[in-house]
Amino acid sequence: MGRTLAEKVWDDHVVRRAEGEPDLLFIDLHLLHEVTSPQAFDGLRLSGRTVRRTDLTIATEDHNTPTLDIDKPIADPVSRTQLETLRRNCAEFGVRLHPLGDVEQGVVHVVGPQLGLTQPGMTVVCGDSHTSTHGAFGALAFGIGTSQVEHVLATQTLPMSPFRTMAVTVEGELPEDVTAKDLILAVIARIGTGGGQGYVIEYRGSAVEKLSMEARMTICNMSIEAGARAGMIAPDETTFAYLEGRPHAPQGEDWDAAVEYWRTLRTDDDAVFDHEVVIDAAELAPFVTWGTNPGQGAPLSTSVPDPESFADPSERQAAQRALEYMGLTAGQPLREIAVDTVFVGSCTNGRIEDLRAAASLLQGRRVADGVRMLVVPGSVRVALQAVEEGLDKVFTAAGAEWRHAGCSMCLGMNPDQLAPGERSASTSNRNFEGRQGKGGRTHLVSPQVAAATAVLGRLASPADLADVPTLVEA
Amino acid sequence: MEAFTTHTGRAVPLRRSNVDTDQIIPAHWLKKVTRNGFEDGLFEAWRKDPQFVLNLPERQGATVLVAGPDFGTGSSREHAVWALQNYGFKAVISSRFADIFRGNSLKNGLLTVVLPQETVERLWECTEADPTARITVDLVERRVTAGDVSAAFELDDNVRWRLLEGLDDISLTLKNEDDIAAYEANRPSFKPRTLQT
Ligand code: SF4
Repeated sequence: MGRTLAEKVWDDHVVRRAEGEPDLLFIDLHLLHEVTSPQAFDGLRLSGRTVRRTDLTIATEDHNTPTLDIDKPIADPVSRTQLETLRRNCAEFGVRLHPLGDVEQGVVHVVGPQLGLTQPGMTVVCGDSHTSTHGAFGALAFGIGTSQVEHVLATQTLPMSPFRTMAVTVEGELPEDVTAKDLILAVIARIGTGGGQGYVIEYRGSAVEKLSMEARMTICNMSIEAGARAGMIAPDETTFAYLEGRPHAPQGEDWDAAVEYWRTLRTDDDAVFDHEVVIDAAELAPFVTWGTNPGQGAPLSTSVPDPESFADPSERQAAQRALEYMGLTAGQPLREIAVDTVFVGSCTNGRIEDLRAAASLLQGRRVADGVRMLVVPGSVRVALQAVEEGLDKVFTAAGAEWRHAGCSMCLGMNPDQLAPGERSASTSNRNFEGRQGKGGRTHLVSPQVAAATAVLGRLASPADLADVPTLVEA
Repeated sequence: MEAFTTHTGRAVPLRRSNVDTDQIIPAHWLKKVTRNGFEDGLFEAWRKDPQFVLNLPERQGATVLVAGPDFGTGSSREHAVWALQNYGFKAVISSRFADIFRGNSLKNGLLTVVLPQETVERLWECTEADPTARITVDLVERRVTAGDVSAAFELDDNVRWRLLEGLDDISLTLKNEDDIAAYEANRPSFKPRTLQT
């Protein structure tokens, strides 16, 4: 019987297989950041171990880093200690680090791909659940906990128990203004936040094949929000074109050998998935979340659902709690929800195409009075590219704030937070209670919806801007 | 890691689904660089409410958390497991756990037990009716008992053995040094490296 893409990559990394034991997998790339690594390095020190493969390890600073005044000492002493701890650990153990102020600094899942370190057929891990992002290249990439970070540092392997496979097939043409973000939000609403549990999801079908690498990263990124271990997309010409010429992409003969291997990384025609979901791209629409988990979403054109409409009692109760927390009432049209803050950024939607999409809608328009809009590029490279294209000027002219790269308001570990009761439209990936600041209320959206929302001050799609003339000819 | 064989203790019935790791331990706690001292951050936002189940006098000293489905979703932060352990929990029961959370818990010796939702409901009823009721989580027999509830649970043999023996994964893996070295010797040269060698 044929094998799926995920099974092929898995099989290629088995260091040891023994009856009744998990497979021991080799890890090709280990990404580190300041939050989930200190206790792992401590563990190494305590047991007198070293980092086995510093040449397969790379660290960056992202979660705690400020997005303003980055040339000044970090105000929060606890954040500062955490960053300093990472710097000390990397120096002591010989790990390559891109600290705040470095040109390669940024959100770890933006940095790996842009350096060309993420390639098809690799195993990639990081002490961060959104490691699933890297699956867009046909890599098997998953988030791990701190004990596993220590395990990979010490051994460059991980014992892993097998997964099940799920195919999410999206056929057809995405309608105008419908983005990868809308697609993945719709998938999560459909299968639920636990629906992917134990699975590696492969996204396939003609609609997925047409997507750019960045859009594919957005989709794989949020696989974890569906509960999946990982998300993957088979590598193709789009993948190869993206990689060619990047700093760590193979060159010359290595490139040819790599591409030859990469072309084998497709699910065989006779392979069988444990579960299949089919989605008609034409039926998708701009999507937003109304609740406090990423599965609680709906098309923007609809209304806040009535908790009573949920058959499952725990879902009903969750919806009730969510509406209470979000300060919403059943039946309220989603388009009438006014926001205080718009956040464009994160490893989901903080790449250059996302910034271009948001900027193209803001060009010649203004952010609504009373709305604060933060644009936080996913990495310094993304920021530099945006500046080169003049996007930063578009944002600031519209009244948005152009910030330095990092995770920022995606999780509010730095000063970029919502105040209690404040409401945001956010291009990030989690709308959990308090995720963006204590008492903050988050609606997850695409960069396009974020920009339209900023202009109108309420949840809106790009089409809603038709009546808002641009001041300057775009 | 401390070995886990069997544990008996009072319970905290947490009637909530989709308890994500941001609720278990909010992000601002993640700035700490140690594995302990997270107990005050556990469910921090909810604990502001004096009526929250963890705050009730009869739940003090409880060691088994009985939670709704999809417990531990979201971020990979192992701090969520440490916070539960620092607070005093030895076991968590739910009908469904998020994968990464489950992996983290079992690596730290916090036993996560999967039981059908209807059994979880019965445990809720039993421990709500009688807060002094004790739950036994027996890893040797793979069985949870409380009042008239007695339910078998599944756990992978290998994981169970490691927990029963309190074995450290890294030492186990390092016994396979030869296999790792052999694999490394055969890796294709086109795979990227982060350092120039
Ligand atoms: S941007 Fe958000 S989701 Fe991505 S790594 Fe940072 S905190 Fe995590």
